[in-house]
Amino acid sequence: MVPFFAYAAMFLILPAATVMIGAFQSADGGYTLDNITGIVKTENIRDAYWESIRISLTTALLGGLFGLMIAYAAIRKGTPNWVRSAYGTFSGVAANFGGIPLAFAFIATLGTIGIVTQLIQNVFGINIYQHGFAIWSRRGVELVYLYFQIPLMFLVIAPAIDGLRAEWSEASANLGASRWQYWRHIGMPVLFPSILGAVILLFGNSFAAYATAYSLTSGTALPLVPILIGNDLSGNVFSNPHEGHALAFGMFVVLAAMMLFYIPLQRRASRWAK
Amino acid sequence: MEDFQEQEYEFLRRLDEERFGRSTLLKRGLATAAGLTIISLPEVALAARAKALADPPIRGTRQNLKAIVAAARKEGRLNVIALPPDWANYGEIISTFTKKYGIPITSDNPNGSSAEENQAVVSLKGDPRAPDVVDVSPTFAVAGTASGLYARYYVRNYASVPRSMKDTRGLWTGDYYGSVTIGYNANVVKTPPKSFADLLKPIYKNQVAMNGSPLTSGSAQAGVFAAALANGGSLSNVGPGVDWFAKARAAGNYIPVETTPQTVASGQTPISIDWDYNNFAYVKEFPSANWKVVIPSDGQYGAHYCQAVSATAPHPWAARLWQEFLFSDQGQILYLKGFAHPARFTDLVARKAIPKSVTSALPAAWLNSKGAKFASLGQQAKAKVVINTEWPAKLGKS
Repeated sequence: MVPFFAYAAMFLILPAATVMIGAFQSADGGYTLDNITGIVKTENIRDAYWESIRISLTTALLGGLFGLMIAYAAIRKGTPNWVRSAYGTFSGVAANFGGIPLAFAFIATLGTIGIVTQLIQNVFGINIYQHGFAIWSRRGVELVYLYFQIPLMFLVIAPAIDGLRAEWSEASANLGASRWQYWRHIGMPVLFPSILGAVILLFGNSFAAYATAYSLTSGTALPLVPILIGNDLSGNVFSNPHEGHALAFGMFVVLAAMMLFYIPLQRRASRWAK
Repeated sequence: MEDFQEQEYEFLRRLDEERFGRSTLLKRGLATAAGLTIISLPEVALAARAKALADPPIRGTRQNLKAIVAAARKEGRLNVIALPPDWANYGEIISTFTKKYGIPITSDNPNGSSAEENQAVVSLKGDPRAPDVVDVSPTFAVAGTASGLYARYYVRNYASVPRSMKDTRGLWTGDYYGSVTIGYNANVVKTPPKSFADLLKPIYKNQVAMNGSPLTSGSAQAGVFAAALANGGSLSNVGPGVDWFAKARAAGNYIPVETTPQTVASGQTPISIDWDYNNFAYVKEFPSANWKVVIPSDGQYGAHYCQAVSATAPHPWAARLWQEFLFSDQGQILYLKGFAHPARFTDLVARKAIPKSVTSALPAAWLNSKGAKFASLGQQAKAKVVINTEWPAKLGKS
């Protein structure tokens, strides 16, 4: 048990404690609530939290939906086995392919002079950038995030879908249930706890993404919380460094709120398992 | 038997053969660990090196140049940061320095910003890869001196650098200056922009970029100054400059893409608000981009950059030799070749030290950039505060 506690202490408890204590410290070493009140008062920071939450919710829900559909399509009985293993391998890579390489790949594809942008221009005569799309806008960032959110959903939900036994669907068909009734009463209740957990995971994954967002927006086009923390830490602005701690503490608060939302839902969803 | 079981038996059998015994094994293991820890301690290595070289002087004139060269050669390397090869001809400066003194230079993070240079001095302190010298914009030079990042050093030619371009304590010295210009790719941009007012027109949608963000880049800060001068602001009031960029962003003209030589060559940033020496260098460097340079008619702003030696430089003598080289006639003329205005320009002209070949290569537009306004350190510090608060607020919305 000692190695586990040592590991948990070094990589989980110590960093979290540093952030939580640092959020309440002032520059001269005393304790203060000014960092927190400063964050709540600054409009730009409130916007950043709202933007981060908004993008994270969108990519978590969309990623969850598409990931679930793709996973079900790849795993169900009618599909050949190679589809699942091929897509599983691809997901293993794509779920971790984030950061600067991903941002560069999308800039090369959908940037102002990206390959796909130019293709659309040459074939359809439409310049997507003249019509309001931009890779550094909210829609662009969400699109790029979905690239790793959907495969991550696939990886997480595949074991749960494996758990949906074929016998159940056969039995329900035998008893005269329609597909819709099967899903409503058997399929979704079984899957729902896993889906919920996966969506929360996707939310956290998207909320904390830094390098991807920074490379796409050059750090200025979209206010996002990890970018603000990065600005505080890299000496770009001479604001209070404890503001960075306070921002991270704010992220803890948001994620804790998510958990508060998740736990009763999880409990209710697992009722059938008792 | 399992594989690992076999290996275990084999290991124990050999252990038995050697009559090692557990206590001997433990003792030897502890001795090795202690030895390795001591050898790998950086303090031991640094102490050994530090004994070899005495502290360099504060005044370059107090030392024979040959002695500086010899001490620098013994250090064997110079680390520079954020010096793109086509920025004020740093590519040729670096290769000339290495060829002349036989000291290899490690050029780190060429597209880095002034803020990143200061940050590298802080975060790489004690690391042999830390930068020895920095070339930062004045606001970041002031920030760096306030944080104690620089060492005092008066180069031999300190006296001929204009008073407004140097720190009297010797903590930084201005090396060259330039003015803000609008560079554009004539293949992509059919109607040349002539002023900041022009750049707000819808034909330039998604085309206008700067060399970074004014939160971190000296060049971008200067862009905000120039925009302020063009829009009813002044050197003490850069608010209108931030407002202009907010308007340009809302119109979709200003894109948050950082101009680099790569984006100029590829056409990703068809219009770039940047220093004259950068834009003029792109004209020469990328003939396929058909790059042209215009001095904005409504807002002309100039600023210099500051050379400083890191207080925690891993190669202090090489750092000072670099300063001597940059401020020598040869170094200053190399800056001129890169279309930057060297700090000692007036002195060089008075002594007729500039070769004709260099002056004849200067573009006419460069010679006409006399009307630029320069901000004092106080005005720049004030502007930094305004930019840091207003830029994220006004331009952070999507």
